[in-house]
Amino acid sequence: MHGFANPARFLRLARWLTPLLLLGGTVITAVALGWGLFFAPAESLQGETVRILYIHVPAAWLGMAGWMAIAAASLAELVWRHPLAAIAARAAAAPGAFYTAACLVTGSLWGRPAWGTWWVWDGRLTSMLVLLFLYFGYIALAQASENDDVGGWRVTAIFGLVGAVNIPIIHYSVLWWNSLHQPPSITMGKSAMAPDFLVPLLVATLGFSLILGGVVLARMRAILADMQAEARLRRKAMAASDVEAEA
Amino acid sequence: MREAIDPWIFVYAAYAIGVGGTALMIGWSWLAMRRAEARRDKVRQGGVRQGGARGK
Repeated sequence: MHGFANPARFLRLARWLTPLLLLGGTVITAVALGWGLFFAPAESLQGETVRILYIHVPAAWLGMAGWMAIAAASLAELVWRHPLAAIAARAAAAPGAFYTAACLVTGSLWGRPAWGTWWVWDGRLTSMLVLLFLYFGYIALAQASENDDVGGWRVTAIFGLVGAVNIPIIHYSVLWWNSLHQPPSITMGKSAMAPDFLVPLLVATLGFSLILGGVVLARMRAILADMQAEARLRRKAMAASDVEAEA
Repeated sequence: MREAIDPWIFVYAAYAIGVGGTALMIGWSWLAMRRAEARRDKVRQGGVRQGGARGK
């Protein structure tokens, strides 16, 4: 694990892994969504709207997974000072925010026909909205400390770590408080869902997860390339000023 | 009286957001990566020339 904190080694791995994850994830997701949209059965109570499941659940999972990645990378940044950990955390923020927003919007689109309302201020929906605001805060903080010294980056990492408190709140919200949202259908080792719905859902979740992995790698490569270019330009500027001073 | 809702409108809207947003995100991150790496390589090539001049 520590070996991949080396930027050169990371780039050697990421060069072939990025297109592989993006291409593989796109193919798997396309198959799963086609399956969910055209071949999976309608549900007896919810009818055709159950097909929103294949978008909504992976989006919810990736919204939370994105923040868990930020928290893990922030911990590595604070404890081991991994040079790539801060970059990984920053790279995961925007895709995580997108999937959290997608989860909220698709949930709202599902709620209108299923519950008769677009939105309720219950524990699950509100804690998911809080996650979206945490993402916005993290992105703003990361941008503000972009050209800062180590201190600014450390504050961003602490924010990423503290924000992880919201993840178990989201997970347990449907058990702790009354909610229109159903309790978890899939728990460790068992599922209350029929295989007709479960299999395309798991395939869609795998596909979207691979895409997220590819997008995070691509964003890491972009941030790393920007940092390397900026460092090179700074060195050139310093060298030029040294030459001027000598003259 | 309960209003009749066409469920497919909601299903298609959800898929459009999920698929369209994901496609945009893939394209945006891929292009940003290619642009940043091309800029770094350009700066590196420029840096080689400057380093050579500095060494003289």
